[in-house]
Formats: sequence, C-alpha cells, structure tokens
Amino acid sequence: MSARLLSMKEAISQYVDDGDVVAAEGFTHLIPFSAGHEIIRQRKKDLILCRLTPDLIYDQMIAAGVARKLIFGWIGNPGVGSLYGIRRAVEKEQPRPLSLEEYSHFGLLSRLKAGASGLPFMHLRDYDGTDLPAVNGSIRTVECPFTGESLAAVPALRPDVAILHAQRADSSGNTQVWGLLGVQKEVAFAAKKVIVVVEEIVSEDVIRADPNRTLVPGLVVDAVVAEPFGAHPSYAQGYYDRDNDFYLGWAQTSRTAASLEAYLDEWVYGVASREEYVEKYEGELERRLKPQPNLSPPVDYGLYT
Amino acid sequence: MRPASLSELMAVAAAREIRDQDVVFVGVGLPNLAVNLARRTHAPDAQLVYESGVYGARPARQPLSIGDPSLATGAIQVMPMAETFTYFLQGGRIDVGFLGAAQIDRFGNLNTTVIGDYEKPTTRLPGAGGASEISWLARRTVILLPQKRNKFPERLDFRTSVGHHTGGGSREALGSKTAGPSRVITNLGVYGFDASSKEMELHALHPGVTLDEVRAEVGWELRVREPLETTEAPEPETLRLLREELDPKGVILG
Repeated sequence: MSARLLSMKEAISQYVDDGDVVAAEGFTHLIPFSAGHEIIRQRKKDLILCRLTPDLIYDQMIAAGVARKLIFGWIGNPGVGSLYGIRRAVEKEQPRPLSLEEYSHFGLLSRLKAGASGLPFMHLRDYDGTDLPAVNGSIRTVECPFTGESLAAVPALRPDVAILHAQRADSSGNTQVWGLLGVQKEVAFAAKKVIVVVEEIVSEDVIRADPNRTLVPGLVVDAVVAEPFGAHPSYAQGYYDRDNDFYLGWAQTSRTAASLEAYLDEWVYGVASREEYVEKYEGELERRLKPQPNLSPPVDYGLYT
Repeated sequence: MRPASLSELMAVAAAREIRDQDVVFVGVGLPNLAVNLARRTHAPDAQLVYESGVYGARPARQPLSIGDPSLATGAIQVMPMAETFTYFLQGGRIDVGFLGAAQIDRFGNLNTTVIGDYEKPTTRLPGAGGASEISWLARRTVILLPQKRNKFPERLDFRTSVGHHTGGGSREALGSKTAGPSRVITNLGVYGFDASSKEMELHALHPGVTLDEVRAEVGWELRVREPLETTEAPEPETLRLLREELDPKGVILG
C-alpha cells in the first residue's frame, strides 16, 4: 500500500486519535515541530508521548495540555537548561498531571528496536547497580540461555503513530535523510501508522538514483506532508540551521505558564498552518538560517544491463 | 598572559586524560572543548563519538547541543543512534566516556535524575540520557563537575549511573567488563580512585586552591593521596588555543 499525500491538517486529523501513543521523533535534527503544532491546534487529548529527548516540541505540547504521560530518556533543553512546561506539569500538575516513564537513551531505543523487529523485548547491557529498575517496572532482567549472564530487558514499544521529518520523499512515502539519523528508522518500523513530513517532494527517479540514502521506505509510511521549514526551530541538514537563538530564548519564553501560553497563542493558535508560521517570519528564517552549500560528490552505482 | 582560571584548568586537566588515538564518547560544553584541545595538542588522532550517531566528528564550530549540524558535516561516519549504542558503546569500541552529574558519591556513582524523593522531587533533573550506559560500557570514564558540597553528598538521592558501586570489587561483581571512573575533575582539583577500595581520593589541587577549601565542599571524610600534587599550569600556547581559537567568546569557560 502506498502513502497518501496530505495536508498537515488532514494527516493529523486522520491519523492521530485522542489517547494514542505518539512518537514524534528526531534527535535534535528533523524534529517535526509543524506536526506538533497541528496536534495542539486540533486540541488532541490524553496522548502518551514518547521521545528519547522530549525537547521543546513536547514542552509546548505538554503545556498545551494534549498529553497525560511521557515516555523518555532525557528531559531538557540541550545546552541550555530546563523544560519549564514539562516541569510545571510534573511538579504542579499544570495544566494537567503528567506521569513519567523513564529509560536511558539506549533503553528507549532498544524498546523501539524490539517493536520494529517483531520481538517482545530487547536485551541490553545496562542498569546494573542503578536505581532505574526500582522506579520503572518495565526495566527487568533476562538470563542468557548460552552464557547464563544476566542482561537488562525492556519491552517492545509499538507507538500508534510515529511522526518523522525528513529532507525529501516521493509521493509514495519513500523517504531520504542525511545528517543525523536519530531513531527515525526504528520508530517508523515500530509504529502502527507513520506520517512523514518533508522539506520537498521529489520524483521516484530521484529516490532510485540514490537508494542508499533511503532511510524509510514508503512500505511503512501512511501519509506524506510537504512543509518547508516544518522542523524549525530544529533543523534540516543542508536546508536550514538549528535556530539556537530560539532554543536559548525558550528558557525565558517557557519560564512562566503565562509567557508560554502567550507564545502558543501567537505562533501556534495564531497561525493556521506552517506556511503562515513561515510567512510570519517575513523571510528571516531564510536569511538567518540558510547554510552555505557543501555538496557531497555523487557516487557511481554503475549501470548493469 | 594572565594565569589560567579555574575553569581553564578544568578543561586542561580533562584534555590530559585523552590519549592519542583514543575513541572518545563526548558531550557538549566542557568535554567537547577538552577533546578539541587534546586534538590540537598531544592527541591529534583522538576520535570524537557523539551519541547522536556520529563517529570521527570534526565540528567547525562549538556545538550547542550533541545534535548540532556541524557534527555531521565533515565526520567520518553518521549512523542510526542504535548503531552507536549497540556497536560502538556496547560492542566495546569506546576508550573513554565523559560524564557530568548533579551529584557524585565517593565511589563515582552519579545522579542526574532527581534531587529529593523520586515521586515528589525538589528538583526534577534531566534523567539518564546516555549516562547510565556510558558509565557502564565505556572502558573508562572521566567525570567533570563543579565542586560544591551538595554535589558531593554522603548518599546520592538517586543512582542514575553506576561507577565503582559500593567500592572494592563490587562493580566487577555486578558483571561489569569495564574499568569505570578513572578521574574526577572539578574547578578545585583532580581525583583518582584507590586501586583496591575504589574510593575517590584527591590527587592534585589546582594552583591557589587549599585542601581546606576542597574539604569544605565534600560531604564525606575525603581521602587524600600523598604526596598531594598541584595541577600543572598549562603552556602559554595551550591557553592561547583555548582563549583565541577554541572558545573565543568564552561561552564555556566564561
């Protein structure tokens, strides 16, 4: 089955249901902010959000009240400090209570690997001597049947929906990524439904000309959404830089519930789409964040007839 | 040239922990600066590994996060994070891992999860991230943190990452195949771990720092190795590199 080319509004409304387990992934790179904003605008509720690093996208979504639980590895604003929206939800139950289920990065990505591999769990060397298993009953141990060694085990995670951002895909959802790859492949194969958001739609010929660069095949993709700058203030390698000023400024923006809400009112509820969000910047994103080109020379796949 | 500041000494001491050709699992901030300093001085062939999925990174700018685009451009390899953790870290390819923490105990166990009770924390910290596995799987680890009494408690509020556990052979008894923490470097001095008890012991004070000042910032009866040394001051060229090329805006060293 091939993916469908949809608007973000259609994709979120058709594929994200209240109460779903949602993984909007992307490790620093390619974080699907435009999808997160649409989930907020559609006032989804009771979601269980998963991400290795919740980042600003989940800070905004949790402050907007769409989630009841967070499954994660590391909560923070990288290189800057706290995520105050999530802290208010955890420490003061504002705007609603949020329960936490925490792993390490290796643990959570192992859950996705198991989910993607059709296995009930994944084993790993981790957590011995730590307090993490005591606060998370899903971190257990398993004995190796060959050596008798005790290994950590974590259960498969199969999100209801995975949302990924990428540089490009064809209209069937064959998706190519370069730069940091995060857990994009694992989460796409693990999830029951997948929405891919791209900077640009290309023809199938472009994909077939460089098959090693395809990270996620259309086979596992349900919807493709084209939204340039859809990952801002995160970045898309080669298209635009990470907006570090935004990340630094978020410490102030998110400090109080009122200032965070004012941001959401202006930049999420106040625009109808990512296109309007980008227009609202009046060309500043392009001017400030576009990198100089640094092309990789083509490789020769050879023609075998 | 003005003498090295305490944060510069910390960076220099951290750089000295890197041997040439080490494969280093590195975070942003001070560890990144230390590895780059080592590469520019005594360890040109040290390789940077970032948990974001990069081997042999050569960032052209100071990255704000471990997922900065400058880590991919010009790297030797970019890979799914699952491969970094599975093949590089768990597969035993990492020589040294750098870690920070909100709290450390006398055996080099670390807390980055909560201050206070887990269910009702006074402060919710970021959590494990890659720390629990780096601490468990890198061949050795170097821990960098500011020296404050509340960061050096008798007991951790939460044990996120295991160092030498309860000391002696306890780490090995848990099944570890790696050496664990080898150094702790703070803004006041440099520590190692006693070979048999595995307890942290002070090896060197940074120039101008007194033993009393250090003891005041440690929550247990601190062991001191004799003879207590003074951290060697950096060469002028090393300071020039730090100040003019590696951190010209003082983002990390202030």
